[in-house]
Amino acid sequence: MPATLFEKIWNEHLIADTSGGGLLLLDRIFLHERTGGVALQSLRQSGHRVANPAHVFATMDHVIDTRPGSRNPGAADRAGNPFIEVTRREARAAGIHLFDTDDPRQGIVHVIGPELGIVLPGLTLVCPDSHTGTQGAIGALAWGIGSSDAEHALATQTLRIPKPKTLRVFIDGTLQAGVTAKDLALHLIGMHGASGARGFVVEFAGPAVRRLDLEARMTLCNMATELSAFAAIIAPDEQTFAYLRGRPFAPPGERFERAASQWQELRSDPDARFDLEIHLDASEVRPMITWGTNPQDALPIDGSVPDYQAVSGRLSRQAYERALSYMGLEQGRALAGLPIDGAFIGACTNSRLSDLRRAAALLKGRRVAPGVRAICVPGSTQVKRLAEAEGLASVFERAGFEWRESGCSMCFFAGGESFAPGQRVVSSTNRNFEGRQGPQTRTHLASPETVAASAIAGHIADPRTGQR
Amino acid sequence: MPQPFTELTAVAAVLLRDNIDTDAIIPSREIRAVAKTGLADGLFANWRYLPGEGRTPDPGFALNDPEFRGARILIAGENFGCGSSREQAVWALAEYGFRALLTPSFSPIFQRNCVRNGVLPACLARHAIAQLAEWVSADPQRHRPSVSLVTQRVAAGARSWPFEIAADAREALLSGLGEIEQTLRFNDRIAAFQAADRLRRPWAYDLGPATPGSHRESE
Ligand code: SF4
Repeated sequence: MPATLFEKIWNEHLIADTSGGGLLLLDRIFLHERTGGVALQSLRQSGHRVANPAHVFATMDHVIDTRPGSRNPGAADRAGNPFIEVTRREARAAGIHLFDTDDPRQGIVHVIGPELGIVLPGLTLVCPDSHTGTQGAIGALAWGIGSSDAEHALATQTLRIPKPKTLRVFIDGTLQAGVTAKDLALHLIGMHGASGARGFVVEFAGPAVRRLDLEARMTLCNMATELSAFAAIIAPDEQTFAYLRGRPFAPPGERFERAASQWQELRSDPDARFDLEIHLDASEVRPMITWGTNPQDALPIDGSVPDYQAVSGRLSRQAYERALSYMGLEQGRALAGLPIDGAFIGACTNSRLSDLRRAAALLKGRRVAPGVRAICVPGSTQVKRLAEAEGLASVFERAGFEWRESGCSMCFFAGGESFAPGQRVVSSTNRNFEGRQGPQTRTHLASPETVAASAIAGHIADPRTGQR
Repeated sequence: MPQPFTELTAVAAVLLRDNIDTDAIIPSREIRAVAKTGLADGLFANWRYLPGEGRTPDPGFALNDPEFRGARILIAGENFGCGSSREQAVWALAEYGFRALLTPSFSPIFQRNCVRNGVLPACLARHAIAQLAEWVSADPQRHRPSVSLVTQRVAAGARSWPFEIAADAREALLSGLGEIEQTLRFNDRIAAFQAADRLRRPWAYDLGPATPGSHRESE
């Protein structure tokens, strides 16, 4: 029977059927200090142990201090320290892999999973974090879980899950210059809404997806979380294999090639049936920006705040008005030209080397507008080092950006650093919820290019007109 | 281990907003300790307290309404529990006293987290939520709905509506059995599956031993 890529991975990991789903074998478990420490601790306290420590990885990314300069072994905010300490202690006691604050392999979990070759095509990977689907860009089935599920995963190396439905997003056409995977993702979420893929595994396919490099594929899969997808996945190809060869946790040499020959099978059969199909033409996508407090509130950058009529299928009148007042906007207001206070490049969405390169190309020889606080946080210590080695760091710094240590940083507010109340920030992150980047902070989601162009202009700006 | 859930008749609080995300349920800064407790105070903190220091309850917020005192059931809008996967959201709701959440839909991770913690996430039709909310709001202390997981219905006075819940979630809630214990009973089967899998996919096991990263011992 023809099968989808998801079904192939599902079947290969299915230990037993359960009502409505299955008990699946897990190949990798990833933890971070914000949710991982508590799972390890609670597991130990309930008298269980980690079943397969060699398959379990932990990193410090969420509350770790990212302020420029030498790496502080603690949190940005003292209240975060217990998370780091408990994770460190429990990870050592359990004998799992740990990328501690001073480890050169440290970074945001969804950046280092692929970077270190921990995630491989055809694997199952779970992490108590909602953007775990990012790692599906490699061709793995990777999904976010809660802490109790994480305990179950750690104790048994398995998880019982309901079987998701399948959705293929087929993308053809070519992205225009200055338009990126981030814009593609925001376009898709804008069209299909915040619940557009609820209960589905999304497979991104088609010539436009094949043409995306691996890091852009990660951006696309990252944002599938904002469609409420169970997971996102892209069939591995030669680009994927080339990306993974020689990564520290990928099999070495001949063993890699043998694995790669098995990975060739990891694609949906031509006549495989999906529960739902969506078609998209990449050439129609323009640089995107959000106006409201959900990623679905996305518009082309030359758009203006919609009237209630246009969004009434999705938002109650009350929610619409609440979003406008939170964002300090009124109906009909053009988004381009809105003065900004902050610009943020980072997060598991857009903090990889290629993201930084593209932003730096726009920043080279320019200065951030006066009054704008601009911040760049590389997604991993390795990205940071590579960016420094090729001179990107100094481009950012000369333009007036803070150049930081890697971590989640101001992608989310945990009581430490944040932008100030009422400040308007253009951000390469994935969520613009109320309070996400600080109490009352107003977040506009966009690509790193748009963030860079806006930082220079001092207002929301189209990166294509800023290009030289 | 969670408490089994069969039936519950209790005061219900009504919070009919859509897309209540986990950061609204328990703001990130309210998660101060690496523990599953101590979270009830921070539940809905951004809405529940007036801006400023010492936590002054905002009288305009539903949970501060004396009419809803002692609520153990929460009636809310669509896509409840969206956003970050933090399980603290469920721990906070449970510690506050909620054992059943009635909405038109939940975020999937949140819904699973509920079940793990013995909290019933029940999906009702939109019109049922609206009618139920109206009935409750008329006199919350006396109009107490009854939620039965056995019959999968919510009763309010003379009316009642069915609700949806996945079969495995229902079983887990009814039994209250810890899932880890249930799965560990299959340990031999899991080990045998892994042994065969190792031959099929040797590369998936090609990892070497765990190497805890160095860290300067903090003095
Ligand atoms: S960068 Fe932001 S979205 Fe990504 S894992 Fe960290 S906090 Fe979550």
